[in-house]
Amino acid sequence: MRAMVYRGPYKIRVEEKDVPAIEHPNDAIIRVTLAAICGSDLHLYHGLMPDTRVGHTFGHEFIGIVHEVGSSVQNLKVGDRVMVPFNIYCGSCWYCSRGLYSNCHNVNANATAVGGIYGYSHTTGGYDGGQAEYVRVPFADVGPAKIPDWMSDDDAVLLTDATSTGYFGAQLGDIAEGDTVVVFGAGPVGLVAAQSSWLMGAGRVIVVDHLDYRLEKARDFAHAETLNFAEYDDVVVELKKQTDYLGADVAIECVGAEADGNLLQHVAGAKLKMQGGSPVALNWAIDGVRKGATISVMGAYGPIPNAVKFGDALNKGLTLRMNQAPVKRQWPRLFEHIRNGYLKPSDMVTHRFPLEEISEAYHVFSAKLDGCIKPLIVPGTA
Amino acid sequence: MTSGDIPSAYIREKRTPAPSREELRARIPGWGVDLDPADRPSNPKLLHAPDTGAHWDFPERQPEKWPRERSVEHAFVTPVFGTAQPPKGLSGAIRKLAYARFSEGRLAHWMLLVVGDRVDAVANHLASLATSRPDNPITQTGVKAEFTHGGLRSRRGRVDARHHVLDPLVVGGPWVVTAVVAVRALARAGARVRRR
Ligand SMILES: NC(=O)c1ccc[n+]([C@@H]2O[C@H](COP(=O)([O-])OP(=O)(O)OC[C@H]3O[C@@H](n4cnc5c(N)ncnc54)[C@H](O)[C@@H]3O)[C@@H](O)[C@H]2O)c1
Ligand SMILES: [Zn+2]
Ligand SMILES: [Zn+2]
Repeated sequence: MRAMVYRGPYKIRVEEKDVPAIEHPNDAIIRVTLAAICGSDLHLYHGLMPDTRVGHTFGHEFIGIVHEVGSSVQNLKVGDRVMVPFNIYCGSCWYCSRGLYSNCHNVNANATAVGGIYGYSHTTGGYDGGQAEYVRVPFADVGPAKIPDWMSDDDAVLLTDATSTGYFGAQLGDIAEGDTVVVFGAGPVGLVAAQSSWLMGAGRVIVVDHLDYRLEKARDFAHAETLNFAEYDDVVVELKKQTDYLGADVAIECVGAEADGNLLQHVAGAKLKMQGGSPVALNWAIDGVRKGATISVMGAYGPIPNAVKFGDALNKGLTLRMNQAPVKRQWPRLFEHIRNGYLKPSDMVTHRFPLEEISEAYHVFSAKLDGCIKPLIVPGTA
Repeated sequence: MTSGDIPSAYIREKRTPAPSREELRARIPGWGVDLDPADRPSNPKLLHAPDTGAHWDFPERQPEKWPRERSVEHAFVTPVFGTAQPPKGLSGAIRKLAYARFSEGRLAHWMLLVVGDRVDAVANHLASLATSRPDNPITQTGVKAEFTHGGLRSRRGRVDARHHVLDPLVVGGPWVVTAVVAVRALARAGARVRRR
Protein backbone atom coordinates (compact mmCIF):
# COMPACT_ATOMS: atom_id res chain seq x y z
CA MET A 1 0.00 0.00 0.00
CA ARG A 2 0.98 3.66 -0.27
CA ALA A 3 1.62 5.53 2.97
CA MET A 4 2.96 8.86 4.14
CA VAL A 5 6.30 8.33 5.92
CA TYR A 6 8.34 10.61 8.21
CA ARG A 7 12.01 11.01 7.23
CA GLY A 8 13.13 13.60 9.83
CA PRO A 9 12.05 17.14 10.78
CA TYR A 10 10.23 18.89 7.88
CA LYS A 11 10.79 15.87 5.63
CA ILE A 12 8.18 13.35 4.57
CA ARG A 13 7.56 11.18 1.54
CA VAL A 14 5.17 8.52 0.28
CA GLU A 15 6.44 4.94 0.41
CA GLU A 16 5.27 1.45 -0.35
CA LYS A 17 4.44 -0.40 2.93
CA ASP A 18 2.80 -3.71 3.83
CA VAL A 19 -0.96 -3.55 4.42
CA PRO A 20 -1.26 -3.74 8.24
CA ALA A 21 -2.29 -7.07 9.77
CA ILE A 22 -4.74 -7.99 12.54
CA GLU A 23 -2.62 -8.23 15.72
CA HIS A 24 -5.36 -8.57 18.34
CA PRO A 25 -8.78 -10.27 18.15
CA ASN A 26 -10.59 -6.93 18.46
CA ASP A 27 -8.58 -5.19 15.70
CA ALA A 28 -10.00 -4.09 12.37
CA ILE A 29 -8.17 -3.02 9.25
CA ILE A 30 -9.74 0.03 7.61
CA ARG A 31 -9.25 1.10 3.98
CA VAL A 32 -8.94 4.87 4.25
CA THR A 33 -11.15 6.89 1.91
CA LEU A 34 -10.44 10.36 3.30
CA ALA A 35 -7.93 11.75 5.79
CA ALA A 36 -6.89 15.19 7.04
CA ILE A 37 -3.86 17.00 8.40
CA CYS A 38 -4.31 18.43 11.90
CA GLY A 39 -2.46 21.26 13.64
CA SER A 40 -1.14 18.53 15.95
CA ASP A 41 0.58 16.81 13.03
CA LEU A 42 2.69 19.95 12.68
CA HIS A 43 4.28 19.27 16.09
CA LEU A 44 5.49 15.90 14.76
CA TYR A 45 6.41 17.32 11.38
CA HIS A 46 8.58 19.98 13.02
CA GLY A 47 10.32 17.36 15.17
CA LEU A 48 8.83 18.63 18.46
CA MET A 49 7.45 15.34 19.78
CA PRO A 50 9.99 13.01 21.44
CA ASP A 51 10.20 9.49 20.00
CA THR A 52 8.99 10.26 16.51
CA ARG A 53 10.68 7.52 14.48
CA VAL A 54 11.81 7.62 10.89
CA GLY A 55 9.35 5.51 8.91
CA HIS A 56 6.35 6.52 11.05
CA THR A 57 3.06 7.16 9.22
CA PHE A 58 1.13 10.13 10.64
CA GLY A 59 -2.60 10.78 10.50
CA HIS A 60 -5.23 10.67 13.26
CA GLU A 61 -8.16 12.12 11.32
CA PHE A 62 -9.59 9.60 8.86
CA ILE A 63 -12.68 7.76 7.69
CA GLY A 64 -12.89 4.62 5.57
CA ILE A 65 -14.37 1.24 4.79
CA VAL A 66 -13.90 -1.84 6.99
CA HIS A 67 -11.54 -4.14 5.09
CA GLU A 68 -10.96 -6.94 7.63
CA VAL A 69 -12.05 -7.68 11.22
CA GLY A 70 -10.49 -9.72 14.04
CA SER A 71 -12.19 -12.78 15.56
CA SER A 72 -13.85 -10.99 18.52
CA VAL A 73 -15.28 -8.00 16.62
CA GLN A 74 -19.09 -7.82 16.97
CA ASN A 75 -20.15 -4.29 16.04
CA LEU A 76 -18.51 -3.87 12.62
CA LYS A 77 -18.45 -5.94 9.47
CA VAL A 78 -16.46 -5.82 6.27
CA GLY A 79 -17.80 -3.09 3.98
CA ASP A 80 -19.11 -0.76 6.74
CA ARG A 81 -18.42 2.95 6.20
CA VAL A 82 -16.85 4.18 9.44
CA MET A 83 -15.48 7.26 11.15
CA VAL A 84 -12.67 6.68 13.65
CA PRO A 85 -12.00 8.98 16.65
CA PHE A 86 -8.37 10.03 16.95
CA ASN A 87 -8.21 8.34 20.38
CA ILE A 88 -7.27 4.67 20.62
CA TYR A 89 -8.99 3.32 23.74
CA CYS A 90 -10.11 0.07 25.33
CA GLY A 91 -13.51 1.07 26.72
CA SER A 92 -12.98 -0.81 30.00
CA CYS A 93 -10.07 0.59 32.06
CA TRP A 94 -10.51 2.89 35.07
CA TYR A 95 -10.36 5.94 32.79
CA CYS A 96 -12.53 4.70 29.93
CA SER A 97 -15.16 3.59 32.45
CA ARG A 98 -15.50 7.22 33.49
CA GLY A 99 -15.63 8.66 29.99
CA LEU A 100 -11.98 9.74 29.85
CA TYR A 101 -11.41 8.01 26.52
CA SER A 102 -8.40 10.12 25.66
CA ASN A 103 -6.69 8.95 28.85
CA CYS A 104 -7.02 5.18 28.35
CA HIS A 105 -4.49 3.14 30.33
CA ASN A 106 -4.53 -0.02 28.23
CA VAL A 107 -3.22 1.15 24.86
CA ASN A 108 -0.03 3.13 25.33
CA ALA A 109 2.88 1.07 26.61
CA ASN A 110 5.29 3.95 26.01
CA ALA A 111 3.77 6.47 28.38
CA THR A 112 1.22 6.80 31.17
CA ALA A 113 0.93 10.58 30.83
CA VAL A 114 -0.94 10.38 27.53
CA GLY A 115 -3.37 7.90 25.98
CA GLY A 116 -3.22 6.26 22.56
CA ILE A 117 -3.39 8.27 19.33
CA TYR A 118 -3.13 7.06 15.72
CA GLY A 119 0.03 8.09 13.89
CA TYR A 120 1.26 10.32 16.64
CA SER A 121 4.77 9.05 17.51
CA HIS A 122 5.74 6.34 19.96
CA THR A 123 5.04 8.68 22.85
CA THR A 124 1.34 8.02 22.18
CA GLY A 125 1.79 4.29 21.64
CA GLY A 126 3.65 3.67 18.38
CA TYR A 127 0.66 3.11 16.08
CA ASP A 128 0.92 3.99 12.40
CA GLY A 129 -1.74 6.48 11.29
CA GLY A 130 -4.31 7.08 8.61
CA GLN A 131 -2.49 9.17 6.02
CA ALA A 132 -2.20 5.93 4.09
CA GLU A 133 -4.33 3.52 2.12
CA TYR A 134 -4.92 1.18 5.09
CA VAL A 135 -4.67 1.48 8.85
CA ARG A 136 -4.88 -0.87 11.84
CA VAL A 137 -7.72 0.14 14.20
CA PRO A 138 -7.49 -1.50 17.66
CA PHE A 139 -10.66 -2.02 19.74
CA ALA A 140 -12.90 -1.93 16.70
CA ASP A 141 -15.96 -2.50 18.91
CA VAL A 142 -15.20 0.63 20.94
CA GLY A 143 -13.82 3.54 18.90
CA PRO A 144 -15.20 3.53 15.34
CA ALA A 145 -18.82 4.35 14.50
CA LYS A 146 -20.81 3.82 11.33
CA ILE A 147 -21.24 7.11 9.47
CA PRO A 148 -24.93 8.09 9.41
CA ASP A 149 -26.36 8.10 5.89
CA TRP A 150 -27.19 11.79 5.97
CA MET A 151 -23.63 12.84 6.90
CA SER A 152 -21.11 14.00 4.27
CA ASP A 153 -17.61 12.56 4.16
CA ASP A 154 -16.11 15.98 4.87
CA ASP A 155 -18.23 16.49 8.01
CA ALA A 156 -17.44 12.94 9.14
CA VAL A 157 -13.68 13.29 8.80
CA LEU A 158 -13.74 16.64 10.60
CA LEU A 159 -15.67 15.07 13.49
CA THR A 160 -12.83 12.62 14.15
CA ASP A 161 -10.83 15.44 15.75
CA ALA A 162 -10.99 19.17 14.91
CA THR A 163 -14.75 19.68 15.40
CA SER A 164 -15.02 17.48 18.48
CA THR A 165 -11.96 19.15 19.98
CA GLY A 166 -13.19 22.70 19.40
CA TYR A 167 -16.56 21.83 20.94
CA PHE A 168 -14.89 20.05 23.87
CA GLY A 169 -12.65 23.09 24.36
CA ALA A 170 -15.65 25.38 24.75
CA GLN A 171 -17.11 23.00 27.35
CA LEU A 172 -13.95 23.06 29.46
CA GLY A 173 -14.30 26.84 29.55
CA ASP A 174 -17.41 26.39 31.75
CA ILE A 175 -19.09 29.23 29.90
CA ALA A 176 -21.99 30.91 31.72
CA GLU A 177 -24.66 33.02 30.01
CA GLY A 178 -23.36 36.36 28.81
CA ASP A 179 -19.67 35.56 29.32
CA THR A 180 -17.00 37.22 27.22
CA VAL A 181 -14.94 34.43 25.65
CA VAL A 182 -11.57 34.97 24.00
CA VAL A 183 -10.34 32.25 21.66
CA PHE A 184 -6.64 32.16 20.77
CA GLY A 185 -5.98 30.66 17.33
CA ALA A 186 -8.28 30.77 14.29
CA GLY A 187 -7.38 27.32 12.96
CA PRO A 188 -10.04 24.64 12.63
CA VAL A 189 -10.02 23.96 16.39
CA GLY A 190 -10.31 27.64 17.33
CA LEU A 191 -13.02 28.33 14.76
CA VAL A 192 -15.19 25.52 16.13
CA ALA A 193 -14.44 26.58 19.72
CA ALA A 194 -15.68 30.08 18.85
CA GLN A 195 -18.88 28.74 17.28
CA SER A 196 -19.48 26.38 20.19
CA SER A 197 -19.04 29.20 22.71
CA TRP A 198 -22.22 30.76 21.31
CA LEU A 199 -24.09 27.47 21.64
CA MET A 200 -23.14 27.48 25.33
CA GLY A 201 -24.47 30.99 25.82
CA ALA A 202 -21.53 33.37 25.40
CA GLY A 203 -22.45 37.05 25.19
CA ARG A 204 -19.34 38.03 23.30
CA VAL A 205 -16.68 36.01 21.42
CA ILE A 206 -13.30 37.47 20.42
CA VAL A 207 -10.88 35.46 18.24
CA VAL A 208 -7.15 36.29 18.29
CA ASP A 209 -4.72 35.33 15.49
CA HIS A 210 -2.37 37.13 13.11
CA LEU A 211 -3.53 35.62 9.82
CA ASP A 212 -6.08 37.98 8.29
CA TYR A 213 -7.65 35.35 6.07
CA ARG A 214 -8.38 33.17 9.10
CA LEU A 215 -9.72 36.10 11.12
CA GLU A 216 -12.05 36.85 8.26
CA LYS A 217 -13.33 33.29 8.55
CA ALA A 218 -13.80 33.81 12.28
CA ARG A 219 -16.00 36.81 11.53
CA ASP A 220 -18.32 35.24 8.96
CA PHE A 221 -18.17 31.56 9.88
CA ALA A 222 -18.13 31.99 13.66
CA HIS A 223 -19.83 35.43 14.04
CA ALA A 224 -16.93 36.53 16.25
CA GLU A 225 -15.13 39.81 16.84
CA THR A 226 -11.48 39.53 15.87
CA LEU A 227 -8.16 40.87 17.03
CA ASN A 228 -5.02 40.68 14.91
CA PHE A 229 -2.21 40.52 17.47
CA ALA A 230 0.34 41.73 14.94
CA GLU A 231 -1.36 45.12 14.93
CA TYR A 232 -0.77 45.70 18.64
CA ASP A 233 2.36 46.24 20.61
CA ASP A 234 0.85 44.28 23.50
CA VAL A 235 -2.20 42.13 22.91
CA VAL A 236 -2.82 41.65 26.65
CA VAL A 237 -3.28 45.39 27.17
CA GLU A 238 -5.56 45.54 24.15
CA LEU A 239 -7.72 42.75 25.58
CA LYS A 240 -7.97 44.64 28.86
CA LYS A 241 -9.01 47.80 27.05
CA GLN A 242 -11.64 45.97 25.05
CA THR A 243 -13.14 44.37 28.17
CA ASP A 244 -13.34 47.48 30.33
CA TYR A 245 -10.12 46.48 32.16
CA LEU A 246 -11.57 43.23 33.50
CA GLY A 247 -10.18 40.79 30.96
CA ALA A 248 -12.20 37.98 29.40
CA ASP A 249 -14.34 35.69 31.57
CA VAL A 250 -13.12 32.62 29.69
CA ALA A 251 -10.16 31.91 27.40
CA ILE A 252 -9.84 28.95 25.05
CA GLU A 253 -6.28 28.34 23.88
CA CYS A 254 -6.29 26.68 20.44
CA VAL A 255 -2.72 27.39 19.35
CA GLY A 256 -0.24 25.11 21.11
CA ALA A 257 3.45 24.50 20.66
CA GLU A 258 4.13 26.50 17.47
CA ALA A 259 2.79 29.80 18.82
CA ASP A 260 4.12 32.98 17.27
CA GLY A 261 4.11 36.46 18.69
CA ASN A 262 7.30 36.29 20.72
CA LEU A 263 10.38 35.55 18.65
CA LEU A 264 12.47 34.36 21.61
CA GLN A 265 9.83 31.92 22.88
CA HIS A 266 9.11 30.72 19.34
CA VAL A 267 12.74 30.05 18.50
CA ALA A 268 13.51 28.41 21.87
CA GLY A 269 10.38 26.28 21.77
CA ALA A 270 9.47 25.55 18.19
CA LYS A 271 12.85 25.76 16.47
CA LEU A 272 15.59 24.83 18.97
CA LYS A 273 13.37 22.45 20.97
CA MET A 274 14.67 23.84 24.26
CA GLN A 275 11.17 23.56 25.74
CA GLY A 276 8.08 21.50 24.94
CA GLY A 277 6.83 24.18 22.59
CA SER A 278 6.33 27.93 22.69
CA PRO A 279 3.65 28.88 25.29
CA VAL A 280 3.08 32.41 23.97
CA ALA A 281 -0.66 32.02 23.49
CA LEU A 282 -1.08 30.25 26.83
CA ASN A 283 0.72 33.09 28.59
CA TRP A 284 -1.43 35.65 26.79
CA ALA A 285 -4.48 33.72 27.95
CA ILE A 286 -3.26 33.73 31.55
CA ASP A 287 -2.60 37.45 31.49
CA GLY A 288 -5.55 38.40 29.28
CA VAL A 289 -8.40 36.95 31.37
CA ARG A 290 -9.97 38.46 34.46
CA LYS A 291 -9.16 37.18 37.92
CA GLY A 292 -11.10 34.02 38.81
CA ALA A 293 -11.49 33.14 35.13
CA THR A 294 -11.33 29.71 33.51
CA ILE A 295 -8.80 28.86 30.81
CA SER A 296 -9.40 25.87 28.59
CA VAL A 297 -6.26 24.64 26.86
CA MET A 298 -6.71 22.64 23.65
CA GLY A 299 -3.36 23.63 22.12
CA ALA A 300 -0.95 20.70 22.35
CA TYR A 301 2.48 20.80 24.01
CA GLY A 302 5.28 18.27 24.27
CA PRO A 303 6.33 16.56 27.50
CA ILE A 304 9.40 18.77 27.97
CA PRO A 305 8.85 21.61 30.52
CA ASN A 306 7.61 24.99 29.28
CA ALA A 307 8.12 28.60 30.39
CA VAL A 308 4.50 29.11 31.51
CA LYS A 309 3.55 32.05 33.75
CA PHE A 310 2.31 29.93 36.57
CA GLY A 311 2.65 32.58 39.26
CA ASP A 312 0.18 34.83 37.48
CA ALA A 313 -2.23 31.92 37.14
CA LEU A 314 -2.07 31.28 40.88
CA ASN A 315 -2.28 34.90 41.96
CA LYS A 316 -5.26 35.49 39.68
CA GLY A 317 -7.10 32.48 41.06
CA LEU A 318 -7.51 30.96 37.62
CA THR A 319 -8.98 27.57 36.83
CA LEU A 320 -6.98 25.79 34.14
CA ARG A 321 -8.74 22.93 32.37
CA MET A 322 -7.32 20.84 29.57
CA ASN A 323 -7.12 17.41 27.97
CA GLN A 324 -6.87 15.62 24.70
CA ALA A 325 -10.48 15.53 23.54
CA PRO A 326 -12.48 12.36 24.28
CA VAL A 327 -13.94 12.46 20.79
CA LYS A 328 -16.70 9.86 20.76
CA ARG A 329 -18.23 11.29 23.93
CA GLN A 330 -19.05 14.43 21.90
CA TRP A 331 -20.60 12.71 18.91
CA PRO A 332 -24.29 12.20 19.79
CA ARG A 333 -24.74 15.88 20.64
CA LEU A 334 -22.56 17.07 17.74
CA PHE A 335 -24.51 14.97 15.26
CA GLU A 336 -27.63 16.90 16.38
CA HIS A 337 -25.89 20.26 16.02
CA ILE A 338 -24.73 19.41 12.51
CA ARG A 339 -28.17 18.13 11.51
CA ASN A 340 -29.75 21.33 12.83
CA GLY A 341 -27.24 23.41 10.88
CA TYR A 342 -25.71 25.01 13.99
CA LEU A 343 -22.27 23.68 13.07
CA LYS A 344 -20.94 23.20 9.52
CA PRO A 345 -17.48 21.61 9.79
CA SER A 346 -17.10 21.07 6.04
CA ASP A 347 -17.10 24.85 5.51
CA MET A 348 -13.54 24.88 6.86
CA VAL A 349 -12.13 22.64 4.14
CA THR A 350 -10.00 24.71 1.78
CA HIS A 351 -7.74 22.15 0.08
CA ARG A 352 -7.70 18.56 -1.16
CA PHE A 353 -4.41 16.83 -1.98
CA PRO A 354 -3.87 13.34 -3.37
CA LEU A 355 -1.81 11.22 -0.97
CA GLU A 356 1.08 11.29 -3.45
CA GLU A 357 1.37 15.08 -2.96
CA ILE A 358 1.35 15.02 0.82
CA SER A 359 4.76 16.73 1.15
CA GLU A 360 3.27 19.79 -0.54
CA ALA A 361 0.12 19.50 1.59
CA TYR A 362 2.18 19.64 4.80
CA HIS A 363 4.18 22.58 3.55
CA VAL A 364 1.07 24.56 2.55
CA PHE A 365 -0.66 23.89 5.90
CA SER A 366 2.48 24.44 7.99
CA ALA A 367 3.48 27.71 6.31
CA LYS A 368 -0.21 28.75 6.04
CA LEU A 369 -0.02 29.39 2.29
CA ASP A 370 -2.84 29.97 -0.19
CA GLY A 371 -5.55 30.72 2.38
CA CYS A 372 -5.28 27.22 3.82
CA ILE A 373 -7.49 26.38 6.79
CA LYS A 374 -8.07 22.62 6.58
CA PRO A 375 -6.39 20.36 3.99
CA LEU A 376 -7.83 16.92 3.25
CA ILE A 377 -5.80 13.98 1.93
CA VAL A 378 -7.32 11.64 -0.61
CA PRO A 379 -5.60 8.25 -0.91
CA GLY A 380 -5.63 6.24 -4.10
CA THR A 381 -6.06 9.08 -6.56
CA ALA A 382 -2.52 9.18 -7.94
CA MET B 1 -12.42 60.85 35.53
CA THR B 2 -15.99 61.19 36.76
CA SER B 3 -17.56 58.22 38.50
CA GLY B 4 -19.50 57.46 35.32
CA ASP B 5 -16.22 56.79 33.47
CA ILE B 6 -14.75 54.34 35.96
CA PRO B 7 -14.22 51.05 34.06
CA SER B 8 -16.18 47.94 35.06
CA ALA B 9 -13.26 46.27 36.77
CA TYR B 10 -13.31 48.84 39.57
CA ILE B 11 -17.04 48.75 40.31
CA ARG B 12 -19.71 46.18 41.14
CA GLU B 13 -21.23 45.26 37.76
CA LYS B 14 -20.16 45.21 34.11
CA ARG B 15 -21.10 48.51 32.54
CA THR B 16 -22.03 46.98 29.20
CA PRO B 17 -24.33 44.04 29.79
CA ALA B 18 -24.35 41.23 27.20
CA PRO B 19 -26.96 41.51 24.43
CA SER B 20 -30.36 39.98 25.20
CA ARG B 21 -31.19 36.33 24.46
CA GLU B 22 -33.53 37.41 21.66
CA GLU B 23 -30.87 39.53 20.02
CA LEU B 24 -28.28 36.74 20.19
CA ARG B 25 -30.70 34.06 18.95
CA ALA B 26 -31.62 36.23 15.98
CA ARG B 27 -27.98 36.77 15.05
CA ILE B 28 -26.46 33.33 15.80
CA PRO B 29 -28.10 30.07 14.74
CA GLY B 30 -28.29 27.78 17.76
CA TRP B 31 -27.29 30.38 20.35
CA GLY B 32 -27.73 28.95 23.83
CA VAL B 33 -28.82 25.41 22.89
CA ASP B 34 -26.14 24.08 25.26
CA LEU B 35 -26.69 26.73 27.92
CA ASP B 36 -27.71 24.06 30.42
CA PRO B 37 -24.52 22.28 31.53
CA ALA B 38 -26.53 19.02 31.59
CA ASP B 39 -26.62 19.19 27.77
CA ARG B 40 -22.84 19.38 27.52
CA PRO B 41 -21.50 15.87 26.89
CA SER B 42 -18.26 16.26 28.86
CA ASN B 43 -20.02 17.45 31.98
CA PRO B 44 -19.40 16.21 34.62
CA LYS B 45 -15.83 15.23 33.81
CA LEU B 46 -15.92 11.86 35.54
CA LEU B 47 -19.13 10.74 33.93
CA HIS B 48 -19.65 7.02 34.32
CA ALA B 49 -19.68 6.06 30.66
CA PRO B 50 -22.72 4.02 29.67
CA ASP B 51 -21.97 1.40 27.00
CA THR B 52 -18.56 1.82 25.44
CA GLY B 53 -18.85 -1.33 23.32
CA ALA B 54 -16.26 -3.20 25.36
CA HIS B 55 -17.28 -6.80 26.09
CA TRP B 56 -14.42 -7.61 28.46
CA ASP B 57 -13.21 -6.56 31.91
CA PHE B 58 -9.60 -6.61 30.91
CA PRO B 59 -8.80 -6.96 27.21
CA GLU B 60 -7.13 -10.04 25.79
CA ARG B 61 -3.37 -9.58 25.45
CA GLN B 62 -1.82 -8.90 22.05
CA PRO B 63 1.18 -11.22 21.44
CA GLU B 64 4.49 -9.51 22.22
CA LYS B 65 6.79 -10.36 19.31
CA TRP B 66 9.83 -8.58 20.70
CA PRO B 67 10.50 -7.19 24.20
CA ARG B 68 8.29 -4.14 23.83
CA GLU B 69 9.79 -0.98 25.36
CA ARG B 70 7.49 0.49 28.01
CA SER B 71 7.27 3.27 30.54
CA VAL B 72 8.50 2.16 33.97
CA GLU B 73 5.40 3.87 35.34
CA HIS B 74 3.34 1.03 33.87
CA ALA B 75 2.90 -2.23 35.82
CA PHE B 76 3.40 -4.20 32.59
CA VAL B 77 3.28 -3.90 28.84
CA THR B 78 -0.28 -2.77 28.04
CA PRO B 79 -2.58 -5.47 26.58
CA VAL B 80 -2.63 -3.64 23.25
CA PHE B 81 0.30 -1.67 21.83
CA GLY B 82 1.66 -0.28 18.58
CA THR B 83 4.04 -2.40 16.55
CA ALA B 84 5.22 0.27 14.12
CA GLN B 85 8.99 0.91 13.79
CA PRO B 86 10.55 -1.41 16.41
CA PRO B 87 13.72 0.11 17.92
CA LYS B 88 16.90 -0.73 16.01
CA GLY B 89 20.52 0.36 15.68
CA LEU B 90 22.08 3.13 17.75
CA SER B 91 18.86 5.15 17.98
CA GLY B 92 17.07 2.01 19.16
CA ALA B 93 19.65 1.48 21.92
CA ILE B 94 19.25 5.09 23.08
CA ARG B 95 15.47 4.78 23.10
CA LYS B 96 15.53 1.50 25.01
CA LEU B 97 17.82 3.07 27.59
CA ALA B 98 15.46 6.05 27.97
CA TYR B 99 12.52 3.70 28.64
CA ALA B 100 14.34 1.24 30.87
CA ARG B 101 16.19 3.74 33.03
CA PHE B 102 14.05 6.87 33.51
CA SER B 103 10.38 7.48 34.30
CA GLU B 104 8.32 10.04 32.39
CA GLY B 105 8.83 12.36 35.34
CA ARG B 106 12.54 12.72 34.56
CA LEU B 107 13.82 15.19 32.01
CA ALA B 108 16.56 12.69 31.07
CA HIS B 109 13.89 10.33 29.72
CA TRP B 110 12.69 12.91 27.20
CA MET B 111 16.10 14.33 26.36
CA LEU B 112 17.38 10.83 25.54
CA LEU B 113 14.37 10.28 23.30
CA VAL B 114 15.05 13.57 21.53
CA VAL B 115 18.69 12.54 21.00
CA GLY B 116 17.46 9.17 19.72
CA ASP B 117 15.25 10.99 17.20
CA ARG B 118 18.14 13.06 15.82
CA VAL B 119 20.43 10.03 15.61
CA ASP B 120 17.64 8.11 13.85
CA ALA B 121 17.12 10.89 11.29
CA VAL B 122 20.83 11.31 10.51
CA ALA B 123 21.48 7.56 10.30
CA ASN B 124 18.56 7.14 7.94
CA HIS B 125 19.61 10.06 5.74
CA LEU B 126 23.07 8.56 5.39
CA ALA B 127 21.72 5.06 4.78
CA SER B 128 19.34 6.37 2.12
CA LEU B 129 22.29 7.62 0.07
CA ALA B 130 23.21 3.99 -0.58
CA THR B 131 19.70 3.13 -1.84
CA SER B 132 17.96 3.69 -5.15
CA ARG B 133 15.83 6.32 -3.43
CA PRO B 134 18.08 8.73 -1.49
CA ASP B 135 16.43 11.40 0.66
CA ASN B 136 15.61 14.43 -1.42
CA PRO B 137 15.33 17.66 0.58
CA ILE B 138 13.52 19.37 -2.30
CA THR B 139 10.65 16.94 -2.82
CA GLN B 140 10.40 15.86 0.82
CA THR B 141 9.97 19.35 2.25
CA GLY B 142 7.26 20.16 -0.28
CA VAL B 143 8.89 23.52 -1.10
CA LYS B 144 7.53 23.11 -4.61
CA ALA B 145 4.27 24.40 -3.13
CA GLU B 146 5.96 27.79 -2.72
CA PHE B 147 5.51 28.18 -6.47
CA THR B 148 2.19 26.39 -6.95
CA HIS B 149 0.47 27.77 -3.84
CA GLY B 150 1.55 31.40 -3.73
CA GLY B 151 4.54 31.40 -1.37
CA LEU B 152 5.26 35.10 -1.74
CA ARG B 153 1.67 36.29 -2.09
CA SER B 154 0.62 34.37 1.03
CA ARG B 155 3.38 35.83 3.21
CA ARG B 156 2.97 39.51 2.36
CA GLY B 157 2.94 41.55 5.60
CA ARG B 158 2.95 38.60 7.99
CA VAL B 159 4.78 38.69 11.35
CA ASP B 160 5.88 35.07 11.19
CA ALA B 161 7.81 35.76 7.97
CA ARG B 162 10.67 36.68 10.34
CA HIS B 163 11.22 33.12 11.47
CA HIS B 164 10.29 31.57 8.15
CA VAL B 165 13.77 32.66 7.12
CA LEU B 166 15.10 30.43 9.91
CA ASP B 167 13.26 27.36 8.68
CA PRO B 168 15.58 26.55 5.75
CA LEU B 169 18.50 26.89 8.18
CA VAL B 170 16.98 24.42 10.63
CA VAL B 171 16.04 22.02 7.86
CA GLY B 172 19.05 22.45 5.57
CA GLY B 173 21.66 23.01 8.30
CA PRO B 174 22.21 19.36 9.20
CA TRP B 175 22.59 18.52 5.49
CA VAL B 176 25.22 21.19 5.01
CA VAL B 177 27.09 20.09 8.15
CA THR B 178 26.98 16.46 7.01
CA ALA B 179 28.26 17.42 3.56
CA VAL B 180 31.09 19.53 5.02
CA VAL B 181 32.11 16.73 7.41
CA ALA B 182 32.01 14.19 4.58
CA VAL B 183 34.05 16.38 2.24
CA ARG B 184 36.68 17.02 4.93
CA ALA B 185 36.86 13.33 5.82
CA LEU B 186 37.33 12.47 2.16
CA ALA B 187 40.00 15.16 1.77
CA ARG B 188 41.82 13.83 4.84
CA ALA B 189 41.61 10.26 3.53
CA GLY B 190 42.85 11.49 0.15
CA ALA B 191 45.79 13.28 1.76
CA ARG B 192 46.68 10.15 3.73
CA VAL B 193 46.66 8.06 0.54
CA ARG B 194 48.83 10.63 -1.25
CA ARG B 195 51.32 10.72 1.66
CA ARG B 196 51.85 6.93 1.42
N1 LIG C 1 -6.46 18.71 22.79
C1 LIG C 1 -6.77 18.03 21.69
O1 LIG C 1 -7.43 17.01 21.74
C2 LIG C 1 -6.34 18.56 20.36
C3 LIG C 1 -6.91 18.03 19.20
C4 LIG C 1 -6.61 18.64 17.98
C5 LIG C 1 -5.73 19.68 17.93
N2 LIG C 1 -5.15 20.13 19.08
C6 LIG C 1 -4.23 21.26 19.08
O2 LIG C 1 -4.95 22.45 18.84
C7 LIG C 1 -4.08 23.41 18.25
C8 LIG C 1 -4.75 24.02 17.02
O3 LIG C 1 -4.99 23.05 16.03
P1 LIG C 1 -5.42 23.51 14.57
O4 LIG C 1 -5.61 22.28 13.76
O5 LIG C 1 -6.51 24.50 14.65
O6 LIG C 1 -4.03 24.20 14.12
P2 LIG C 1 -3.63 25.41 13.14
O7 LIG C 1 -2.16 25.35 13.00
O8 LIG C 1 -4.47 25.38 11.91
O9 LIG C 1 -4.06 26.72 13.96
C9 LIG C 1 -3.26 27.40 14.88
C10 LIG C 1 -3.51 28.90 14.72
O10 LIG C 1 -2.90 29.61 15.79
C11 LIG C 1 -2.41 30.83 15.27
N3 LIG C 1 -1.44 31.41 16.22
C12 LIG C 1 -0.09 31.24 16.27
N4 LIG C 1 0.41 31.91 17.32
C13 LIG C 1 -0.65 32.51 17.94
C14 LIG C 1 -0.76 33.33 19.09
N5 LIG C 1 0.31 33.64 19.84
N6 LIG C 1 -1.99 33.77 19.44
C15 LIG C 1 -3.09 33.45 18.71
N7 LIG C 1 -3.04 32.67 17.61
C16 LIG C 1 -1.82 32.21 17.24
C17 LIG C 1 -1.86 30.43 13.94
O11 LIG C 1 -1.69 31.56 13.09
C18 LIG C 1 -2.93 29.48 13.44
O12 LIG C 1 -3.94 30.14 12.72
C19 LIG C 1 -2.78 22.66 17.94
O13 LIG C 1 -1.85 22.91 18.96
C20 LIG C 1 -3.20 21.22 18.01
O14 LIG C 1 -2.14 20.37 18.36
C21 LIG C 1 -5.45 19.59 20.29
ZN1 LIG D 1 -5.41 16.42 15.91
ZN1 LIG E 1 -9.21 2.35 28.46
